[in-house]
Amino acid sequence: MSSASADTVATPDAVARVALQGQLDLRSGKALWNTLKQAELEHPRQVDVDLSEVTAADGSAAAILTSYRAELRAKGVECQLIGARENVAEILRLYDNARKLGPRPRRKARGQLDQIGSAAIAVAIEAQLVIAFFGQMVIGMMNAIRAPRTVNWKELLPTAERAGADAVPIVALINYLVGMVISLQSAAQLHRFGADIYMADLVGISVVREIGPLITAIVVCGRTGAAFAAELGSMQTNEEIDALRTMGFGPMRFLVMPKALALMAVMPLLTVLADLMGCLGGLTTAVVRLDLSVAAYLAESQRAVQLSDFTSGLIKSVAFGLAITLISCQQGLAATGGAEGVGKRTTAAVVTTLFTLILIDAVFTVFFEVAPQV
Amino acid sequence: MNDPLITVTNLTMGWDDRVLQRDANFTVQRGEVFVILGGSGCGKSTLLRHLTGLSTPLAGEVRVKGIDPKEPSLEPPKFGVMFQSGALLGSYTVGENVGLPLREWTDLPIEAVRAVVQAKLRLVGLENTEGVMPSELSGGMKKRAAIARAMALEPDLIFLDEPSAGLDPVTSAELDELIIALNRELGLTVVVVTHELDSIFRIGTRCIMLDRETRSIIAEGDPRELRDNSTDPRVRAFFHRKPKEQLS
Repeated sequence: MSSASADTVATPDAVARVALQGQLDLRSGKALWNTLKQAELEHPRQVDVDLSEVTAADGSAAAILTSYRAELRAKGVECQLIGARENVAEILRLYDNARKLGPRPRRKARGQLDQIGSAAIAVAIEAQLVIAFFGQMVIGMMNAIRAPRTVNWKELLPTAERAGADAVPIVALINYLVGMVISLQSAAQLHRFGADIYMADLVGISVVREIGPLITAIVVCGRTGAAFAAELGSMQTNEEIDALRTMGFGPMRFLVMPKALALMAVMPLLTVLADLMGCLGGLTTAVVRLDLSVAAYLAESQRAVQLSDFTSGLIKSVAFGLAITLISCQQGLAATGGAEGVGKRTTAAVVTTLFTLILIDAVFTVFFEVAPQV
Repeated sequence: MNDPLITVTNLTMGWDDRVLQRDANFTVQRGEVFVILGGSGCGKSTLLRHLTGLSTPLAGEVRVKGIDPKEPSLEPPKFGVMFQSGALLGSYTVGENVGLPLREWTDLPIEAVRAVVQAKLRLVGLENTEGVMPSELSGGMKKRAAIARAMALEPDLIFLDEPSAGLDPVTSAELDELIIALNRELGLTVVVVTHELDSIFRIGTRCIMLDRETRSIIAEGDPRELRDNSTDPRVRAFFHRKPKEQLS
């Protein structure tokens, strides 16, 4: 059983004496600490800790005693641990590193301006890295065209299957629901003006030009982009990328290129599916809510949606596929520090890609609006 | 005397303002089992990364067979590397891992690649694991498979990072025997990073010892001679498994 009792005496010559008894261990640690601190209140010139009646001490008690002595000595107060039995002296020797406890390291507070500046620099560096990575990818693609054998074609179809075929159910369902939501939101307004049939125009154009490609890209970013970043991040931290380099395989052509080609191929196909499902969602609302006929809805859709609307969406989807691969792979290859590093880079990959998708979408939308007038 | 296989001249390595080793100079001769040893954190694995061209020196230079290993090359790699964890590609079978360099760098037909892969796996004692995924292998088997992959292109130089780390004594001894056999029977030059004493004495023909505090090479020579004759307390502490103060 643990126990510690103490007797603190302040002598006239300013020497405090602390007599400890019994067994000193972790459970009696708080009492020991308080007893020792009590002796300091008298501002003695010297503190003698009498251990002659201490039967045993564990590591925590030894740590408290030795650090107390070091702390007092650092303040210019002499402190001695006296009369320890052999078993107690042994453990005190083990714990006595005769060093003063260092001050707890404190993180220097950073000013807001400093933090904003650092964050801005970090964003600029990341952007620079993504652009440099894009440059490497362009060079890699040119080399791939010159020497197609050097691309790891074996990875192409499995990657296309995982990123494309496996994503069909989720892409179809989400786009159907989004098409239905858009049409439901607008149905009441259109009905008020007797413009029910224009539901087909509204849903068709918005889905084919914007919603279909963008929602598909967001789904693919969350599914495949995160998977790319995590996969390459894990390979990086497991030294697999280093192993590939030492075997003469650049990660760009061996890992990134097949992913980029696969995603650029499946994105337009998924977008076509998304367009169809979005329009189907609009059709469902039109038939159920506005009593429009299927034939009338389809005829109006065919009249409203131009081929250029459709192709602009498909062109965007290829750019989205490239951006998702580029950013996810760059972030994955930059992972360091084990599981935590992989997690951070995967999060960064998804967030950066989502931002970039919206940016690319805006650029394309402006371009397609301006281009026909030029 | 033959030209050294590896020449390291005034190599300073580290990251940014953190220098791990300063002005390192040494050579590795053909046919040696050259051991890089030292305590944890002294830069052994980092030195290996510099020798294999995976890291860029802060100063100085590394030449492997007269060439900077960082230089981009269209030629097959001139050496094999076994990483500490094995670093087998997790989505490929063991056979595909070993066959990867052969498919990339040779025009061997598929059947011939399979035959070579099987022979390499047999050599490292991993018969019938061709279709097994790396996740199904034990730590020692992964390292053996990684050695088979490192040897796929018949290099005359192989780098091994901590081959015995995390292995039981029997598996570790078996791996050492394999390294000795590769060196003696195939004439392979082996550069090993390790701090396992048993392994060092069993396989090493020459070694250098890195020191974390002075950030320099503090000993070079035959490991057995250094153990018996060195007067440097740091070297003696390492070889006799004792804290420095107990030796002085």
